[in-house]
Amino acid sequence: MISEIIYFSVFVAVGLTVVVLMLGLQKLLQTKRHSDAKLSVYECGNIDVVSDPRIQIKMRYYIFGLLFIIFDVEMIFLFPWAVVFKSLGLVALIEMLVFIMILLLGLLYAWRKGVLKWT
Amino acid sequence: MLTSVELVEFAAKNGIPIWALDASIALVLALAVFSLCGLGVIVLVYMERKVSADIQLRLGPTHVGPRGTLQLIADMIKLLSKEDVFPKHADRWLFRLAPALVFIAAFTGLMVIPIGPRLVVQDLNVGLLYVLAIPSIAVAGLIMAGFGSYNKYAMMGGLRAAAQMVSYEVPRALSVIGIVMLAGSAKLSTIVDAQGFWYIFLQPIGFMVFLVSTLAEINRVPFDMPEAESELVHGYSTEYSGMRYAFFLFGEYIALIAAAALTVVLFLGGWHGPGPELLGPIWFAIKFFGVVFVIMWVRWTLPRFRIDQVMDLGWKVLLPLALLNILITGIVMSI
Amino acid sequence: MDKLEQLKTTKADLDDLSAEFSSNGESEEGSKDIKTDVLTINFGPQHPSAHGVFRGVFEVDGEIIVGIEPHIGYLHRCFEKIAEHRTYTQFIPFTDRMDYLSSMLNNWGYVISVEKLADVAVPERAEYLRVIVGELNRIASHLVFLSTAAIEAGALTPYFYYFDERERILWLFEQLCGARFTYNYMRVGGVRVDTPDGWLDDVLAFTERLEKTMVDYDKLLLGNYIFKKRMKGVAPFSAEQALDWGLTGPSLRASGVNYDVRKADPYSVYPRIDFDAVVLCNGDNLDRVIARSQEIKQSINIIKQAVAQVPDGRVYSPGMPRYVTPPPGEAYAHIESSRGDLGFYIVSDGSPKPYRVKIQGPSFGNLQVLPAIATGSFFSDAVLIFGTLDVVFGEVDR
Repeated sequence: MISEIIYFSVFVAVGLTVVVLMLGLQKLLQTKRHSDAKLSVYECGNIDVVSDPRIQIKMRYYIFGLLFIIFDVEMIFLFPWAVVFKSLGLVALIEMLVFIMILLLGLLYAWRKGVLKWT
Repeated sequence: MLTSVELVEFAAKNGIPIWALDASIALVLALAVFSLCGLGVIVLVYMERKVSADIQLRLGPTHVGPRGTLQLIADMIKLLSKEDVFPKHADRWLFRLAPALVFIAAFTGLMVIPIGPRLVVQDLNVGLLYVLAIPSIAVAGLIMAGFGSYNKYAMMGGLRAAAQMVSYEVPRALSVIGIVMLAGSAKLSTIVDAQGFWYIFLQPIGFMVFLVSTLAEINRVPFDMPEAESELVHGYSTEYSGMRYAFFLFGEYIALIAAAALTVVLFLGGWHGPGPELLGPIWFAIKFFGVVFVIMWVRWTLPRFRIDQVMDLGWKVLLPLALLNILITGIVMSI
Repeated sequence: MDKLEQLKTTKADLDDLSAEFSSNGESEEGSKDIKTDVLTINFGPQHPSAHGVFRGVFEVDGEIIVGIEPHIGYLHRCFEKIAEHRTYTQFIPFTDRMDYLSSMLNNWGYVISVEKLADVAVPERAEYLRVIVGELNRIASHLVFLSTAAIEAGALTPYFYYFDERERILWLFEQLCGARFTYNYMRVGGVRVDTPDGWLDDVLAFTERLEKTMVDYDKLLLGNYIFKKRMKGVAPFSAEQALDWGLTGPSLRASGVNYDVRKADPYSVYPRIDFDAVVLCNGDNLDRVIARSQEIKQSINIIKQAVAQVPDGRVYSPGMPRYVTPPPGEAYAHIESSRGDLGFYIVSDGSPKPYRVKIQGPSFGNLQVLPAIATGSFFSDAVLIFGTLDVVFGEVDR
């Protein structure tokens, strides 16, 4: 276990080092010229009419985020079950079916309620 | 897994702590994986350009190096020498961290993928879960890029990326449950070894769901909503240039490498093929490039879905199909 | 005491909050929504799918468009005013640059008006050549339309196929008049030059080729499941609406109105040619695309007949003076351009220069539909709708 964590951290460290090295190299090689227009945010050529993009916009995606959490937890439950499925057999299948059905009912409920629809 | 007995004994004799040994081996391996995936990115970008050129009646790159093979090197030099533009209102930390996060998440995901017998950095027991979970962290990078850029197109691109990756994570993970059931393990090497008969034939539904949701996971056409250039200009990476942009590009292609390699491992029998075991990596490479070619072929042929259609496909088609696949697998295995 | 104050403010805050909720909620089954703002997005002029220099201020609520305000004028070049300071012939090159994707048709619309004003007869062969180049140019323009529609839907490949075909048309034009884009080919009283040897055979060979390849391309783009899913039923426009908004051209005919200037107000030798105006019924995005694809086939048909019928003879009417000086008066003539009804209204005061030229371009009329048609659709679809209205900004701004 500890060895795996070490491996993972080394990979992250190597990735980070690559990023830092490359960005540092770019710092050395780049030619920097200041201009206000260059630093302004891209707005299809309109420099003067930037309105704040960080406003409270309607988040349709939020619902999908909630649904994701539910089903992701289900997925976590399913993995260990799947690993030992061979030795458990039919009973385990039926038990898991009940579990999945409950979640599916939830999905159907959300579906019928019109959460999955846009407009 | 490379920690052989002699090495451990050597370390014990010289008073080197075991974690230092582990770390140094890990460092060597990480560098090896990095150079391999760097090479992979060069090959894939070249392949992408040539495949797309062939499909579109063009020639693709021809000038830099023999047959244009060094085009990406030239591009990298160009990107390296570009100015590091930091937009006026951008969020300092989010903007800087986003490309790094995308790149590192994709890169660390490669840790568990076996490309030949015993040729794997860390053969985790939960390798499958790891390889599904870690690269998905990249989505946080995309949101950070979108929010940090202070740009409307980037913002919408980041949100779309989040919604899409979140929606397709579920069917993607559920579609491989059938494989875990068949192999009785979530260890990737065990799954490969269990495939006397390729799982693509035993799990056709699972394969379809997996391939489609993989395309969505790595934001490729027809699911390239996050960077739909016809409306969002370039999505979350609109404000990026130079090396920072290059890291998004790297991340994208490493994700493609991971996705194609995972498809080979899970459904196409990994390194198995006729001939001695030594040919394993070659078989793996052949299958790998086959899958990559299919993904590129799809990209350069199809139009793009709309965001609500993407969501519909994920939740109303792929998710029920993936659950159905588990049900069928379970019933067949129990009988 | 302090504690009491504190509690009071909290209570007031809560009241405010609930008031806010109740004022903005109640939209869906009484559920309480959090107040959200619309995002104002500038679409253009520097945008990949702005078709030139369109600028639309899109108000986007999440992903849905709730308002569009088109801004035009980024390509305004005062053509109408310039015309008053040029002789009649000198103005022909300017018309090339209006709807730059169908320059031949612009030339044609202008010269036909001047001919009506000056009462000039055009030789038979010139009329046929005009029909041939006009229809070729219509095909070229529709090919650009199809390729941009594909790109906006996210398919990058059909673009190259369509442009390959268009390239052949441009090559034909280059052989004919030396220019690939701005032809300056038509003259008051005929056309500038006769065809080079074998040019008509090349045209025939091209049409045969295009007939075959268009079948494949239609399968690739129009037969694609995703493309149909993206296009079908999006932004339908009824016949009444289309007429009310002054839509013309293929977009109008896709809504089910059978109005084609070539049929409704025939000019040149079109009465002698057998063809159909493409009329579809739904008026949605898909129909607008199919209309163009069908029109290409009709144009091929027209070209084939015209090449078969074209007589020998002069291409420029004899005895035309160097400066056309129409008698004082006014004339209006219109043709079916590739985007719709293109009309020129010319007033003459008897001098070699027109007193006033008013151009009525179809793109302007088609563009004004956009806010009505795209409000309520997805942001991604608004781009597609804008694309299928087929607007060229050189003509909108002139």
